[in-house]
Amino acid sequence: MDKSRIRNFSIVAHIDHGKSTLADRILEQTSAVPLREMEDQLLDNMDLERERGITIKAHAVTLVYTAKDGLDYVFNLIDTPGHVDFNYEVSRSLAACEGAVLVVDSSQGIEAQTLANTYLAVDAGLEIVPVVNKIDLISADPERVCQEIEDVIGIPAMDAPRISAKNGINIDEVMERVVKDIPPPQGDEGAPLKALIFDSYYDPYRGVIVYVRLKDGTVRTGDTIRMMATGGEFQVVECGFLRATSLEPAEALYAGEVGYIAASIKDVRQARVGDTVTLSERPAEEPLPGYRAVQPMVYCGIYPADGAHYTDLRDALEKLQLNDASLTFEPETSVALGFGFRCGFLGLLHMEIIQERLEREYNLDIITTAPSVVYKIKKTDGEELTIDNPTNYPDPATIAGAQEPITNAHIYSPAEYVGSIMELCQERRGTFMDMKYLDTDRVDIHYELPLNEIIYDFFDALKSRTRGYASFDYELLGYRESKLVKLDILLNGDTVDALSFILHADKAYPRARKMTEKLKENIPRQLFEVPIQACIGGKIIARETVKAMRKDVLAKCYGGDITRKKKLLEKQKEGKKRMRQLGTVEVPQEAFMAVLKLEE
Amino acid sequence: MGLGLYIHVPFCMGKCPYCDFYSVTPGEEAVDGYIKRTLELMAEYGRDCPYEVGTVYFGGGTPGLLGAKRLGELLESVLRSFPVAGGAEITCELNPAGLEAGFFRELKSAGFNRLSMGMQSADEGELRMLGRRHGPGDVERSVELARAAGFGNISLDLMLALPGSSPESLQGSIDFAARLSPEHISAYILKIEPGTPFASQGLQLPDDDSAADQYLLTVERLSRLGYSQYEISNFSRPGYESRHNLCYWQCGEYLGLGPAAHSFYKGRRFHWERDLNGYLRGEAPEDDGPGGSMGEFAMLNLRLSRGLIERECVLRFGGEGGEMFSRVRERALSLPGALIAAGPGKVAFTPEGFLVSNALLSRLLEGMI
Repeated sequence: MDKSRIRNFSIVAHIDHGKSTLADRILEQTSAVPLREMEDQLLDNMDLERERGITIKAHAVTLVYTAKDGLDYVFNLIDTPGHVDFNYEVSRSLAACEGAVLVVDSSQGIEAQTLANTYLAVDAGLEIVPVVNKIDLISADPERVCQEIEDVIGIPAMDAPRISAKNGINIDEVMERVVKDIPPPQGDEGAPLKALIFDSYYDPYRGVIVYVRLKDGTVRTGDTIRMMATGGEFQVVECGFLRATSLEPAEALYAGEVGYIAASIKDVRQARVGDTVTLSERPAEEPLPGYRAVQPMVYCGIYPADGAHYTDLRDALEKLQLNDASLTFEPETSVALGFGFRCGFLGLLHMEIIQERLEREYNLDIITTAPSVVYKIKKTDGEELTIDNPTNYPDPATIAGAQEPITNAHIYSPAEYVGSIMELCQERRGTFMDMKYLDTDRVDIHYELPLNEIIYDFFDALKSRTRGYASFDYELLGYRESKLVKLDILLNGDTVDALSFILHADKAYPRARKMTEKLKENIPRQLFEVPIQACIGGKIIARETVKAMRKDVLAKCYGGDITRKKKLLEKQKEGKKRMRQLGTVEVPQEAFMAVLKLEE
Repeated sequence: MGLGLYIHVPFCMGKCPYCDFYSVTPGEEAVDGYIKRTLELMAEYGRDCPYEVGTVYFGGGTPGLLGAKRLGELLESVLRSFPVAGGAEITCELNPAGLEAGFFRELKSAGFNRLSMGMQSADEGELRMLGRRHGPGDVERSVELARAAGFGNISLDLMLALPGSSPESLQGSIDFAARLSPEHISAYILKIEPGTPFASQGLQLPDDDSAADQYLLTVERLSRLGYSQYEISNFSRPGYESRHNLCYWQCGEYLGLGPAAHSFYKGRRFHWERDLNGYLRGEAPEDDGPGGSMGEFAMLNLRLSRGLIERECVLRFGGEGGEMFSRVRERALSLPGALIAAGPGKVAFTPEGFLVSNALLSRLLEGMI
């Protein structure tokens, strides 16, 4: 294929600004999909993605567009995940492109996420094609938004296509811009193979299907390929192009093209996003830049609500892991919750997504423990530990020093919320770095924030303090000395291991108070008084009491109608099933969840 | 213990907003039909009744609405159709409004020997709120007339934890009732039943703690006035416990006639639907399966102050009954002593325990019900 007719690009947008709708229109107009197979927002495959309106995994599709110059062009549209947890994946998807279509809602203007992803695209050297969407809305102000794009992002935008993806208005103008403004790929077909992996998924029949962008060289069926970072070698069973609803086999893929490779790879962890595929016979000297082994940043325990479903949970996690190299898990046990797994995630959203998928796709009723980051602890005997589970926290007397992960965080917001955002960041032990005005009304507030202050409910707090207008972005900066303590919760005198967590000493008192209050709200009265205590070491720092139950009676036995009474007792039995017996205390599962959301 | 015979009279002049017993407003035709059908059923069940009837109870609804003549007619049919023991307890529930001396005399001569009156409260405001059609004066007068007619066994109903009630208003009602010197007092904590007007009114009920305090105050006050508690909500002078209700609570058999009436008869539990027309059409009662299991026996007996008694378990169920008792007793020993007393051969709830009896029962009888 003539490289000058290839355009590799992605679409960058804030949630709800119309990225997926535009992708659908492009697919429609290039007849990539017969209309009857069109399902709204085709590229978002998972139910969860459609519902939340976010893209969790990257997707890609090859299309043929007949331009106004009468020539056919190959469009490789690479959709990117839309969330900070998946920033690395976004950067790899962008690295597979020469250009990006920037979609901005003409009634909303530029949002933080737009900026974050646009900067990633600019950093990757991509040509940006601005597009102003939703011009059909009464509140649309395309002129103002174009000016904003020029002012904030610094690219010419006054002649950006004004479109309505929803109503299919001016979509062909976007396509023409892609042809005209986005440069064709470079690369040497004859050079040693260098193909960037930007996504992969597990197919139960063919093993891992790897999505690649060839920078140099050629790959054919039968070639033996090597993953340059992980070192694995595989024989190519099939390669080809990504069509909207199927894979289209081809003899070979050449430099500049986007396609897939199937090579009987058993595990997505052997074909990691960002790795470079080369040929084992004639390997490239250097891999493509930017590979990073992704490490989980957040851990939590996941337990089946009903212990009998432990193996179901394990099977489900194994299946999810087939498609998600960044998910880790290993068995753990809790006195309170029984047998479960310690799971590692890229971030909070990643964690929530896995939890939701377990519940919805695998129909599992699960309990999760408070998320934890990875701490580094140095003991007095010189031993160094990494701790992601409060259970493994050493005896405080043996700790010489502790470090916690710190992030570089940017919050983009209308200027009027600066005060409350700074207040929030101070509360979360943030260090103010600087603040930039993006235009007269918008600011970029830069803080260094400890990761463990972000993972509980930072998003929710930020949203509520800025009425949803601020957005937020962070990256791991490194580790810093910190004064950590482990907080334990005792119910009726017994420690509940599943409720322990590690936090900064300054936060211990307020958090202990909130935890005990929240537990008091969520633990129903029992037949006896239940003290709820929070303590550090042996010292109790907060206490609440669930008073004994006073009244639970069917005072009247209706003319010998004992069926009513029996039903009532049966209902109690049902209710009991949803309770965890912790020592002498019955705790509803909701209590475990509620203490994770202390701000509400 | 003989058979208990319950006649449900499903008529009321109006619906009290808290009540979810089955009743309709009486029309002449419906009342005639009801009497006819009930007499038929009495004859039918009476033909092969293997038990001696120890108690008869006319409840409602408002049995008094039928008038003394018809009540007498129904009772006469009972006495004719069933083998009723000499000295049987024969109760009629009454609404203490507008009853005349002649009415009581007729009931007495028909054979009734116990009256249960829905006094509920001595506070005018509370009675109005409850939608009752009587005042405290009506209760006083009705009791006097009943006494004059020769009734030596009278029960008054009280309600606790009413919206707007206070320990003072409750004590006023208790003392008022006690001054009338009834042999028996029932005191029920108001429970909002789904589907009743109270349920949709968003009433300000006393919280659980205040309701519990009112209950304990009642137990204590009545005891001092000579009424000892023998069941969660029932109190009496010695020897005046309701024999009919004891039959329920000791897991004895009873036959209930009338729409919405429940039975435990010849080993099976069944009930007539809450539907007068169906009853009149001669529809058969709804089967609720076998009755009298050990779990039921324990659940019912634990409503009583004397509690579940080992000897009676063994007597009724043999060795298995003894094992069941041991299991219940063992579980009881693990629960707070302030709620439950597990003495030798006996497990009984304290008044504090009665207040949380659902929670206690679900623990004690886990796997048995």
